[in-house]
Amino acid sequence: MPPISFALAHTLPELILAVGALVLLMLGAFRAGRTDWIISELAIGLLGVALITLFFPLQGVAIVWDGAFIDDAFARFMKALALIGALVSILLSREYMAREKIDQFEFPVLIVLATLGMLMLISAQSLIALYLGLELMSLALYVVAAFHRDNIRASEAGLKYFVLGALSSGMLLYGCSLIYGFAGTVSFTGIAEALRGDVSIGVVFGLVFVLAGLAFKMSLAPFHMWTPDVYEGAPTPVTAFFASAPKMAAVAIMLRIIITAFPGITTQWQQIIVFVSILSMAIGSFAAIGQTNLKRLMAYSSIGHMGFAMVGLVAGTELGVRGVLIYMAIYLAMTLGTFAAILSMRVGDRYVETIDDLKGLGRNNGWMAFFLAMMMFSLAGIPPLAGFFAKWYVFLAAIQGGFYWLSVIGVLMSVVSTFYYLRIVKVIYFDEPAAAFSPVNREVTGVLVLSSLAILLFWVYPSPIVNAASAAAKSLF
Amino acid sequence: MFGFGILSGLIFLPLVGAAFILALRGDDEPTRNNARWAALVTTVIVFILSLVAWSRFEPGNPGFQLVEQKDWLGSAVLYKLGVDGISMPFVLLTTFLMPFCILASWQSIATRVREYMICFLVLETLMIGVFCALDLVLFYLFFEGGLIPMFLIIGIWGGKRRIYASFKFFLYTLLGSLLMLLAIMAMYGVAGTTDITVLLQTKFGASMQKWLWLAFFASFAVKMPMWPVHTWLPDAHVEAPTAGSVILAGILLKMGGYGFLRFSIPMFPDASQYFAPLVFTLSIIAIVYTSLVALVQDDMKKLIAYSSVAHMGFVTMGIFAMNQQGVQGAVFQMVSHGLVSGALFLCVGVVYDRMHTREIAAYGGLARRMPLFAVALMVFTMANVGLPGTSGFVGEFLTLIGAFNANSWVALFATTGVILSAAYALYLYRRVIFGVLDKPNLMNIKDLSAREIVLLAPLLVLTIYYGVQPGPILDACAASVTLLVKNLDAALAITKTAAVALH
Repeated sequence: MPPISFALAHTLPELILAVGALVLLMLGAFRAGRTDWIISELAIGLLGVALITLFFPLQGVAIVWDGAFIDDAFARFMKALALIGALVSILLSREYMAREKIDQFEFPVLIVLATLGMLMLISAQSLIALYLGLELMSLALYVVAAFHRDNIRASEAGLKYFVLGALSSGMLLYGCSLIYGFAGTVSFTGIAEALRGDVSIGVVFGLVFVLAGLAFKMSLAPFHMWTPDVYEGAPTPVTAFFASAPKMAAVAIMLRIIITAFPGITTQWQQIIVFVSILSMAIGSFAAIGQTNLKRLMAYSSIGHMGFAMVGLVAGTELGVRGVLIYMAIYLAMTLGTFAAILSMRVGDRYVETIDDLKGLGRNNGWMAFFLAMMMFSLAGIPPLAGFFAKWYVFLAAIQGGFYWLSVIGVLMSVVSTFYYLRIVKVIYFDEPAAAFSPVNREVTGVLVLSSLAILLFWVYPSPIVNAASAAAKSLF
Repeated sequence: MFGFGILSGLIFLPLVGAAFILALRGDDEPTRNNARWAALVTTVIVFILSLVAWSRFEPGNPGFQLVEQKDWLGSAVLYKLGVDGISMPFVLLTTFLMPFCILASWQSIATRVREYMICFLVLETLMIGVFCALDLVLFYLFFEGGLIPMFLIIGIWGGKRRIYASFKFFLYTLLGSLLMLLAIMAMYGVAGTTDITVLLQTKFGASMQKWLWLAFFASFAVKMPMWPVHTWLPDAHVEAPTAGSVILAGILLKMGGYGFLRFSIPMFPDASQYFAPLVFTLSIIAIVYTSLVALVQDDMKKLIAYSSVAHMGFVTMGIFAMNQQGVQGAVFQMVSHGLVSGALFLCVGVVYDRMHTREIAAYGGLARRMPLFAVALMVFTMANVGLPGTSGFVGEFLTLIGAFNANSWVALFATTGVILSAAYALYLYRRVIFGVLDKPNLMNIKDLSAREIVLLAPLLVLTIYYGVQPGPILDACAASVTLLVKNLDAALAITKTAAVALH
């Protein structure tokens, strides 16, 4: 039994967030009624400190708290992504929340709590820990989805998300209990031990339900129904948060449970992943064509991107996991950048979010137009932008794993999806100008510029991300 | 400098110019002029630098020269550049044509000049990169990246149906290229690297070769373009601004032919031989069918676009003849077509700037008011036809010899294309230049301005010079082509002996 200090050292980011969230909640309650930016600033600080602690040099892999919690390079990589997503979402929220008069102190606290859930989810090493992390994350998310409670669409989004989310949690629990019943343990490594040799049909049922529950959180088709409505209805900074941080956590646990708990039943889970991957790519590509609302379009785009990321997982190899990790890192930058651009779309005092509002942006605001257009090309996967490298690494793994048809279908879908990204570029550059946007604050501009530079210049110096992802993927095997 | 060689300099210098233009502020006339001059100076410097590279290049050496190498994505995917006799002419062609493109846009582009110049400079970077890359992923990056600036050039500064044309151009090319990307990944899996020099030595299995060949073919056939996937080209040409058409016809189409020579033939020799009849068939259809289509066009740019497809048919035919004459002829034909079709589009641009229409019927009798223009257009038309004494003849003749050696029927059908090209080109010339000058708005049309003379004269001189003195281009690529053909024959011989031994 390792000393308690060892366990605490390896759960430092979680501890910081847990204690910090409670302190912030008290602070907010005692300062009741005063709406200012201070709680958000403190929350950003908390997330930043948690992010920094991830870079502390701790040795190798540590399994603590009776085998429920694992701290390895993989967990650290994904936690860094989730923390960045949460941190940037709060940064993006300031002006929007103030203008929409929903700048209550609970918002940053809920984000911190959700992030805490994500970190626990990423490090989960048993089914119980998985469920605890997932629910902590989801409960906070249900509330922030409906944070604009006087807005009918936001309440609808929150309710829809809650009902469907509860359903998926139920499925997940059902799957967990089946697996526990047949494997006799909740620990991932224990399940892997128990599933050597012949497996009973019950385990496969359990696998299907668990994957369905996780696919819901990742918004993989056919469990994607909630995504467009929630993305459109929720306040835009919340949508940015939904599109970034929880996705990282859900992908991380999907990878971890498949690779560590189910290596014995590869053919079974591969069928499922191939199916949801193809369906997600197809729905993400075709359904987005008819959209006029940018947030809704981004919802379908994220469904498609999750499908592409899963192409890397299908191979089930270290190369594939590395591909998914790189994909998620690049996807995070693209998503946050795009939402920063959407948050810059304000005419007078009103936030707008349809594609037509972007008309002639190329002449009204050259820099923003350029950055947003590059985001779109990157989302479409056109070199030399970062989105190309994301696709390169996942398809590389699929091709080397022998999944030729999946890859061919994938690139065909990618051409279809390019059509709607190009449509946005067309609206920006080819159409006659509409009303110009009002100036935006520093935070939003900063996020847009930074993420654009990251995707524009990724090709110059790709090795830090690639090496970190390689190390992270290695620690999972 | 910093461990980078002259080729890196060639590739990244245009970006420096683009960054300078980006730093310019305002949208008044002096700023626009500054942008124009900055772009012109940059492209001229790049051209001079490419001449320096050319002087360091040894034509007798068949291998890759001026090589530079750095680790990029790990140590398996490299930042590796180099040129050989096949790519060097295209690098020079690119850097040579760019200043003309900037000059051709001097007055015809009046809106968003800064963005326009930036697009062209970025495009130049990517085009030079395509011809210099010695790593497949790097090649793909440049090859595909070129779609972004070209999409914007057609879409922002194009004609009436620019949006349709730009989307078609982008999606068509992307689809082909993505299949090639998958093939690149598969090759990476076999060879463990994407270094082109290593891949040239790698032997791929027979059935794998066929799939890889088809995937590369999907990309290059669209880019070339070959019949039946050529339909994006007329649209893109018609809608693109003049300089865009010049680049499209002059350089972008050549990437397909270059790709066949660099990848398909040397890396998949057995598959190339297996599929050669298919390529021959498609080439002949392209030559005959698109020539006939060109005959009935009433838009000048569309006519030249179709004639480009026909001429590219000669190139694919020469390449897949897979002998010295055919391949050298193909390289020559590509360079010559780059000059001639570029010049023809510039000529269309000259009258378009004056009359704002490309309808052939709107012109007639220009010889009386524009004698200089009539002379220039005549020379380029003759070169397009392939009249002996112009550069067009040398390429067509060599590819036909090559094809005759490979398969005399192919040569027979292809030669009819020469006759048809004379028909549509002369018919165009007659309708535009000769006849009575009875259109009232043509009465005051002005002859070439000094800028336009500067624009057309060098191209005219080169067209005739290479017609009577094809040596410089042929010598440059001779050694590399010999090596290519030798390796190809050796590879095919091995397969043959293996097949014999099996029986």
